[in-house]
Amino acid sequence: MFIEVDGVEKVFEVRKKTGFLKRERRQVRAVDELSFTVARGEMVGYIGPNGAGKSTTIKMLTGILTPSGGRLRVAGIDPSRERTKLAHRIGVVFGQRTTLWWDLPLIDSYRLMHRMYRIPDARYRENLDRLVELLSLDTLLDVPVRQLSLGQRMRGDIVAALLHDPDVLYLDEPTIGLDVISKSKVRDFLRELNEEHGTTVLLTTHDLQDIEQLCSRVMVIDHGRLMYDGPLAGLHEVGESERTLVVDLERELPPIDMGGAARVVKVEGPRQWLAFPASESAAPLVARVAAEYPLVDLSVREPDIETVIAKMLHSLGDTPKPPSDRTTA
Amino acid sequence: MGAGRLYTAVAAGGFRRYATYRAATAAGVFTNTVFGIILVYTYLALWDEKPHLGGYDQAQAVTYVWLGQCLYATLAIQGGGVEKDLMERIRTGEIAIDLYRPADLQLWWLATDLGRSLFQMLGRGVIPFVFGAVFFSMYLPTDVVTWMTFAVALLLAMVVSFGIRYLAALSVFWLMDGMGVSQAMMVLGIFCSGMTLPLNVFPGAFGEVVRALPWAAQLQVPADVLMGESTPLRAFAFQAAWAVALLAAGRLLQTAATRRVVVQGG
Repeated sequence: MFIEVDGVEKVFEVRKKTGFLKRERRQVRAVDELSFTVARGEMVGYIGPNGAGKSTTIKMLTGILTPSGGRLRVAGIDPSRERTKLAHRIGVVFGQRTTLWWDLPLIDSYRLMHRMYRIPDARYRENLDRLVELLSLDTLLDVPVRQLSLGQRMRGDIVAALLHDPDVLYLDEPTIGLDVISKSKVRDFLRELNEEHGTTVLLTTHDLQDIEQLCSRVMVIDHGRLMYDGPLAGLHEVGESERTLVVDLERELPPIDMGGAARVVKVEGPRQWLAFPASESAAPLVARVAAEYPLVDLSVREPDIETVIAKMLHSLGDTPKPPSDRTTA
Repeated sequence: MGAGRLYTAVAAGGFRRYATYRAATAAGVFTNTVFGIILVYTYLALWDEKPHLGGYDQAQAVTYVWLGQCLYATLAIQGGGVEKDLMERIRTGEIAIDLYRPADLQLWWLATDLGRSLFQMLGRGVIPFVFGAVFFSMYLPTDVVTWMTFAVALLLAMVVSFGIRYLAALSVFWLMDGMGVSQAMMVLGIFCSGMTLPLNVFPGAFGEVVRALPWAAQLQVPADVLMGESTPLRAFAFQAAWAVALLAAGRLLQTAATRRVVVQGG
């Protein structure tokens, strides 16, 4: 196994001032008995609500945070003990933060990566040319990073993370704030990277489409615990999540009756909203509506990831208060 | 060797980065020149009253003023070097990204700051100094050896200056904000490095203390080396001792700080 996480915990001690010279110490369990493995070449979605422990997990996997307990290995290396050695084998991309040199041309940051990761000259050239072409950055290499658009900067950051051919890539919200075209560029690229180079990818995101289009496997974490690990379809089943078919009819009509296949959740003039199980295809439903009603236009909306997760966590009987929070005076 | 190339590239980046702020550089040149003129006339009046104050004659006092203006931004005497960026990265949690890299945090920032210092000296410091040399009578050494020892003293001054500011920046790991520290560093930096008056003029125990503090390594010591008031070896030993002590302290604090990193910025 390429990534091994076995019974890992991380406990933070938070001190709070409660009076003059009086402090209350509280232990917060950010990650609690977490266990999973990822095989080489897998592409895994790692999702969960804010504060669930995703970042803490990534920080432990990259070695900048030492686990309070349990065992952790990435490519056979104990990350916190050999952080620098491991750094040569991993790439990290944060959607909301940049590793690029803000005031200088893009190419300057890449030259720095060349030196930092001691990439042999020929391989550096080859990787740079390939990545820059795939992510269409060739005309932007001499532009200072601060003048790039968000999508351009994001692609620039992805190149920076991949120049040294990392075995594993950690992506944190790689498509956040991007427009549809930029999003699909980034996704296409990641898929190709995974297929052709066998790069292991761990993807944290709030965008369900990222997961749908890229990951065959999803892990859901909440309150530092693994709540679900399996295919995305299974997540929909557990969470009983629904997609929405929005139809525009020729005129105002009473709510569409589709029997058990879908239910109308909203009507606004000639426009109606039909909810149907996310695990089922939209095609038969669309065909039936089109056959029985005067249809003008339609669109399908995906459930957002928060809703799916919330429903899933709810159906698993999760309590809103973390059970592992303890107060010690 | 690979590490040498990396940190050279980092320093070159630091140099180019500050070179992009052209308006700021031009404004800085103007400010340092004007301040230099004001200070020179103040010093001349003072040295008229008290000739040989602090062991300097008038030409030496004038040289001291223009050297101060030259090194003001070079050594970031009132702050505003790379520690400003570092504080911001710690405050926002972006520092975590720096830790993902196979590079040493302290060396990385030292290299960036040396690049910055070099640019500030060439881009901003040299012009006021030359202006001073042209329009006032200055004491300047004529032999190459003195200029070369001065260059070494200057390099050591840059390292000491970074050492102080790096410690200040790392304090943000605990304080969560760098405003207070920056203010304190600014006041200490301007006074204790001898920007207001040469440290040589302060008498008694107070004088002894300020001359022994690390800030003295920044302006006072290089000035004395340039003007032949101090033996090079003595000056180098003083500066190197502080450089080593400050960098070692920075390393210790960095180890303690990176354990905390994590908590900030999710």
